[in-house]
Amino acid sequence: MSLSRADKQLAALLRGCALLSAAIVLLILLFLVKESWPVLRHVALTRFVTDTSWHPVDGLYKLTPMLSATLYSTLGALLLATPLGIASALFSRYYAPPFLAGCYRRLIELLAGIPSVVYGFWGLTTLAPLIGRLHPPGVSLLTGILVLTLMILPTVALTADAALAAVPVAYLRGAAALGLSRWGLISGVALPAARSGITAGIMLAAGRAIGETMAVLMVAGNVVQQPHSLFDSVRTLTANIALEMAYATGDHRAALFVSGLALMSTVLVLVGTAEVLSRERHHD
Amino acid sequence: MNEIERIDKTHTDEAYTLGPLQAGPPCCDPTPLIRVDSLSLHYGKKPALENVSLDIYKGCITALIGPSGCGKTSFLTVLNRMTDMIPDCRVSGNVYFDSKDLRHPALDVQGLRRDIGMIFQKPVPFPLSIRRNIELPLREHGISKQSELNDIMQQVLLDVGLWAEVKDRLESSALALSGGQQQRLCIARALALQPKVLLMDEPCSALDPISSGVVEDLIQRLRGKYTVVIVTHNLAQARRIANYAGFFWIKEQRSGCLIEFGQCKQIFEAPAHELTAAYINGSRG
Amino acid sequence: MTKNALATGLIWLSAILVSGVFVWLLSDILIHGLPRLSWMFFAEAPKNAGRSGGIGPIIVSTVLILLVAMVTAAPIGLATAVLLSEFARYDSVFGRLVRRSLDVLAGVPSIVFGLFGNAFFCIYLGLGFSILSGGLTLACMVLPILIRTAEEGLQATPNDYRLAAAALGMSRSAALVHLLLPSAAPALVAGLMLGIGRAIAETAALIFTSGYVDRMPDSLFDSGRALSVHIYDLSMNVAGGDASAYSSALVLILLLLIINSIAMGLAKHWMHRSVVTV
Repeated sequence: MSLSRADKQLAALLRGCALLSAAIVLLILLFLVKESWPVLRHVALTRFVTDTSWHPVDGLYKLTPMLSATLYSTLGALLLATPLGIASALFSRYYAPPFLAGCYRRLIELLAGIPSVVYGFWGLTTLAPLIGRLHPPGVSLLTGILVLTLMILPTVALTADAALAAVPVAYLRGAAALGLSRWGLISGVALPAARSGITAGIMLAAGRAIGETMAVLMVAGNVVQQPHSLFDSVRTLTANIALEMAYATGDHRAALFVSGLALMSTVLVLVGTAEVLSRERHHD
Repeated sequence: MNEIERIDKTHTDEAYTLGPLQAGPPCCDPTPLIRVDSLSLHYGKKPALENVSLDIYKGCITALIGPSGCGKTSFLTVLNRMTDMIPDCRVSGNVYFDSKDLRHPALDVQGLRRDIGMIFQKPVPFPLSIRRNIELPLREHGISKQSELNDIMQQVLLDVGLWAEVKDRLESSALALSGGQQQRLCIARALALQPKVLLMDEPCSALDPISSGVVEDLIQRLRGKYTVVIVTHNLAQARRIANYAGFFWIKEQRSGCLIEFGQCKQIFEAPAHELTAAYINGSRG
Repeated sequence: MTKNALATGLIWLSAILVSGVFVWLLSDILIHGLPRLSWMFFAEAPKNAGRSGGIGPIIVSTVLILLVAMVTAAPIGLATAVLLSEFARYDSVFGRLVRRSLDVLAGVPSIVFGLFGNAFFCIYLGLGFSILSGGLTLACMVLPILIRTAEEGLQATPNDYRLAAAALGMSRSAALVHLLLPSAAPALVAGLMLGIGRAIAETAALIFTSGYVDRMPDSLFDSGRALSVHIYDLSMNVAGGDASAYSSALVLILLLLIINSIAMGLAKHWMHRSVVTV
């Protein structure tokens, strides 16, 4: 390409900045590994599952209660948020009159921006006492699931909405011309066509739920125990890091960084799959 | 010549200050200003132009005619190295501008584009004021004195016949002008750099008939002072304004090529090639 | 009941449920948070561990952290976006590498940013718990958003401008500065607003980088408490701090509303302009 000298200098500067941007993620990985190393050096990865309990001060690193808490809360939230989110998208796209649809969509967009700490705070002051009246204590896995549902619902709803918007109008007109009812049209044509986009949205929401810290920290109770019922207090992996970082030293701190690495890889796999799925959609 | 009779009565001779119309090739310079020798062009694997050789003579208007897709625009973009901006575009062959090798990698391309200007099919005024549209390229090429900028701006706007229409609103947005005015502004902008050659890619085809006529008159008046290479679909227009004409054609499943090139009178009245004759008469393409 | 009628009923029910819960949440915060809101609330310092008094120093810390984050991330983000949009060929190895790593960066959970910020900015670079550490960590977080929106804004400018400028012998940098960046300006600012909105909502990344101190900060090297961290502290660690927390939450939501409205207004203006010039 014929670039003038000024252009060449500019291009070099820009390339430097871009390299810096790209390097950040490598830096993060580097420091995570560096800080995890003291513990990874002499503790086999299997011990994170097989040790008797989580007592890093005594050299015990069983992470399973936290992993279970993260898993159950994410699954629970997905179970609730997926149908509600898709229903929201269908509502604003096919069922609501235009003005209502616009208001509803704007409400969902607003809620996507509310900070997790506000969700957690409201959960703590309003939801937890209500659930506590059902079955003490109020802060429990169930409360965590409910708050997480609220948080990831906008993600599912907005990505499903975008996926449905991308369905060619011709498909829908063709189906309507064949005399399909509104639900028949949606279940037979729109949803299948938007399937990969919606799945991508669900994966993104799952990634968000797994990585969520503040909201679950505030409402799930923070007891390190394997959950046996919905009303047990639990501590997720993220909450564990947030709570113990303040005073952890040495191997304890390194163990927390190990859980950070585990979190990062899980979320990345999910986000990567979501991207592959949404790229497939473009090729359809 | 009846070009003068054809001018719309609302436009008087005073609107343009490029000088009187000249009939026939005014150049006595037998050496061509631009020599193209065996030029071929590929976009990736697809060939767009094959083995084109022709000469552009100084001060004349050369029209490139032919059906869509036969590489006329691609040919034009080679002449000011705009092909550099197209990814995956390979050019082979030789092009000489003023005896310099135009395709040499060390050539100062920005200087070249000052000497060889280009007007696009769709008028592209910048989203700036009329004044800024003309001043911006001038400033980029090193002219910074405001008085000098004002003089050049006034002169080129007079040259294209826009001065009377816009002199009271030079600070207003160029996007508010009509299509024909925008195209004339683009021509003025190119003329401000004092080019030797103007490349025009169907400059009238995006305009309404009256604006089209106005721009065509302007192009005619560029003859002599400037060298013009114009791609046009409009055979009548080519016949009206060109001194030389090149007929391009695209063969089935192959690339575009030059069928015939010569003086305009000869191409239109006594074409040597049967394809040319068929195209001119409207029975092909 | 036909399937169609059932589906319609369920969907309306879901919408009502969802909007109901959200309206409940928002009105709760409004009702409990409004009484404490006053000019004094914005100006005073927290008293009695935040149970009374205001959020003056908190607001200052928050603004400083945001400033550090944006001043760091915006130039680097813009430069990267310009490179990806204007100077790198779409399928170039370098371009793909940069894009891939930015996608990964966008997916990193906020607590991991907190870990990274603590290990790198606070300890390795020796900045300690400070507004600087917090701001720089947030800069890393919002960088992908800024780059994505800036690149989209630049790609949306008409390609004709680039061609016409090149044909006039203008350099790429001149076309960029005089034509493309001004044309993309509304989109760039909208992206900036989105980044600010994301940063202001962040808590987990700040707890271990900018710290907890609720005094007025003396310098960027001082620890400072952001608004989101204040809400967290009041609700979890301070008994009886709920009232202040409600008001702080209300302020945070109002700030976000303002920022998002500006972003949406700019995005609409940008869409309108790009349609008109075609």
